[in-house]
Amino acid sequence: MSGCKECSVGCAVESPRVRAATRPVALVGPPNSGKTTLFNRLTGLRQKVANFPGVTVEQHTGFALLSDGREVPIIDLPGVYSLSPRSEDEQVAYDVLTGNRSDTVKPEAVLLVLDATNLGRHLMLAAPILALGVPTLVILNMADDLRNRGGKLDAAALSAELGAPVVLTSARKGEGIDRVLEFLAGAMPQPQPKLLPVLQDVPKCREWAGGVGSRARYHAPAPPHWTRRLDSVFLHPVAGPLVFLAVVIAVFQSIFTAAIPMMDGLHWLFDVSGNWVATTLPPSLFRSLLVEGVWGGVGSVIVFLPQVLLLFLFVGILEDSGYLARAALIADRTMAKVGLQGKSFIPLLSAYACAVPAIMATRTIENRRDRMATILIAPFMTCSARLPVYTLIIAAFLPEKPVLGHFLGTRAVALLGLYVLGFVAAVATARVLKSSILKSARTPFLMEMPSYRWPTFQSIGLRLLDRSKVFLRRAGTVILLVTVLLWVMAHLPLVNGQAPPIENSIAGTVGHAIEPVIKPLGFNWKVGIGLITSLAARETIIGTLGAIYGMDADSHSLDLEKALQHDLTPAGAVALLVFFAFAMQCISTIAVVRRETGGWKWPILQFTYMGALAYAGALIAAHIV
Amino acid sequence: MLQVSGNKAVHEVSSDTLMDLRRGDAAILDHIDLPSDEARRLMELGFLPGMRVTAGRSAPGGDPRVFQVDGSEIALRRETAAHLKVRRDHSPRSL
Repeated sequence: MSGCKECSVGCAVESPRVRAATRPVALVGPPNSGKTTLFNRLTGLRQKVANFPGVTVEQHTGFALLSDGREVPIIDLPGVYSLSPRSEDEQVAYDVLTGNRSDTVKPEAVLLVLDATNLGRHLMLAAPILALGVPTLVILNMADDLRNRGGKLDAAALSAELGAPVVLTSARKGEGIDRVLEFLAGAMPQPQPKLLPVLQDVPKCREWAGGVGSRARYHAPAPPHWTRRLDSVFLHPVAGPLVFLAVVIAVFQSIFTAAIPMMDGLHWLFDVSGNWVATTLPPSLFRSLLVEGVWGGVGSVIVFLPQVLLLFLFVGILEDSGYLARAALIADRTMAKVGLQGKSFIPLLSAYACAVPAIMATRTIENRRDRMATILIAPFMTCSARLPVYTLIIAAFLPEKPVLGHFLGTRAVALLGLYVLGFVAAVATARVLKSSILKSARTPFLMEMPSYRWPTFQSIGLRLLDRSKVFLRRAGTVILLVTVLLWVMAHLPLVNGQAPPIENSIAGTVGHAIEPVIKPLGFNWKVGIGLITSLAARETIIGTLGAIYGMDADSHSLDLEKALQHDLTPAGAVALLVFFAFAMQCISTIAVVRRETGGWKWPILQFTYMGALAYAGALIAAHIV
Repeated sequence: MLQVSGNKAVHEVSSDTLMDLRRGDAAILDHIDLPSDEARRLMELGFLPGMRVTAGRSAPGGDPRVFQVDGSEIALRRETAAHLKVRRDHSPRSL
C-alpha cells in the first residue's frame, strides 16, 4: 500500500481524532454476507485485483473515498466462516489479519461484514475477530431484508455487548455506507467485548453468539418466502432441470443474436479506421504492418468483445442472483459420478470464462488429489478465448436456420454442442484420473444456498469492466506481439528489397513444413500457421488468419468468413472446431498449472494429453463428416 | 435464537440420520459421526448438536438435499447426511 510507511504509531499519537487510516483496513466476513457488494460500494472504480505473492488467492484492494477527500486503502479478504484456517483462502485471511504476511501490512482496522438476517450463526465469526484486538466496525448487512421479513435488533445494545461500534447497512441499496465511511474517518477505538467464548469450541462460540443476540433483542426474520417459492420451481424434480436447460440455451442463443449488432458496429469501426490509415499513410512497410498486422490481426479479435462480455453478463447475473448455487446443486450428481466433489464445480464453472482464475480457485479444495484432478480438467471447459474461434467458424460454415422456432437456431445448437464436447472430455478425463493416479476418499460436499437477490448494476458493471480490461490487455499485448512477429516472419526473407509472396516467407515455409502433419485433419499451411500462433492464446488464430489472408493474393479481397470458406472444407472446419475444443493452446494456463502444481511434470503431461486428444479427435471428425 | 420454523405442521420423526428425513421433516441433531475436522466445518455452517434441522428440497433424484438449519439452507450429499445422527424432537435446547 502506498503511504503506509510514512505513518507510524507516531502520527497516531499526534492527532488521534482526525487521522484517517493510512494502513489498510481489512474487509472480513463469511461467504454470502454481501461483502463484495459492500466492497464495490465503498471503492467503486478505485479498485484493483492482484495476487497475494507466493499464493494464488486473489487480493482485491481498493480505496474508500472519505468526505474530506482522503482515501483509505481497503483489502477485501476471502470469505471465511471462522479463523481456524484449513484451506489456503482462510490461511491468507488469517495471516493478513494477524500481521503474519510480510508482503501485507497488518490492517489498521477491520470491517466485519455479517448477514443481519442470519445473525445467530454469523455472529460466531465476531468472537475470533474481536479477540484480535484490532479496531473493528461490525457491519450488519442486508438490513433491508431483515426489516422486510419482520426481524429486528437493538444495534446500540449489540454494540455494548461486543464493545465495538455496530452499523446496519444495505450494501445493495447503498444504505448506511456513510456510517462506514464515518468510522473510517474517525478515531477507531480498540474493541472492548464484555466476554468472549473459547474460540476453538464451535458450540461454545454459537452459544455465545446466541446469548449476545438475545441480549441485543435480536429477532430472527421470517424465512425468506420468495426464496422458498422460487426454489419450489428451480429445485422442482421436473421443472428444475428444465429451467436449468432453458437458462443455458437462452445464454447461448443470445450470444449469437444479441451480440451481432454490437459486433457489426465494432467491425465497421475497424473497417473505417483501417481504410483511413491505409489511404492516409504513404505506401510503406510500416503501413503494411499497421493495416495487416494491427488492424487485420488485433482488430479481428477485438470485434468479439461483445460476445465475451455478454457471456460474463449472464454468468454475473446468475451468480449474484443466487441461481448458480442451485445450478451447482442440480449438477452435483454428475460431478459425484466422475469422482469429483461439489467444490470442484465452482472452479470448473469459472473455467467457462477462463482456466487461469479457475485453476487459482481450486485452492479452496482441501483434498490435494481432488484439487489436482480439477486443475487437470479445467482447461477442457470452453473458455471465453475459444468463443471467438467457435463463433467465427460456425458463422462461416453453418447457415442459421431455426431449430425451435425463433428461440433456438442451428448456430446456437452447434455452439452448445462444442461446450458439451469440452465438458464430456473433462468428465471422462476426471473419471480416468480419479480411478487411477488420483484416487482418493470422497470428501463431504457442503454448499450454502443463499437467498435469491436482485443483482446490482454496480457489481455486474464492475465485473464487465474488469473483463473488458483483461480481454483488451490480451489483445494489446500477447496477440499484438504474436501478430507483429508473424507479420515480420511473413515478410522475410526480403527478395530484392521486397517482401516475398507469403508462401515463400519464413512463416509460409514453417506452415508448409508442418502441412504433412495436419493435412490428414483437412488443414492447409495457412491454418497450420494459425495453429502455431494460437499456442500463445487461442483467439490469436483469428488475428493470424486475418493477417495472412490480408497478405495472401488469393484471398486478400475477401472478408474473414469468406476467406475461411475458401481455405477449409466443411469437414476441415469441424475438425478445426474439435481441435480447439481439446487442445491446450494457452501459455498463461500452462504457466499457472506449473506454479500451482510446483513443477513441470503436470503441465507437460496435460499439454501432451490434450494435444494428442485434439489431434485424434480432429482426425476422426475430418473423416466422419 | 432458535431457528424459526415457518411450518407448524412439521413431523417430528425418530429416524437415525439426516438422510432418513423426508422433505418437511424436522429433527434435532444429536451428534456428527465424522472426523473432527469435517465435523467442525459442518458445525460452523450451523449443524450443531441440539439444533433443529428441517429437510428441504433436493436435486433431482433426491441427492444432494438442502437442509434448513440455524437460519441457513445448506446442501449436503447423502453420504454426508448419513453421518449426521438425529433424535426425536422432545425439548429443543435453546441457544
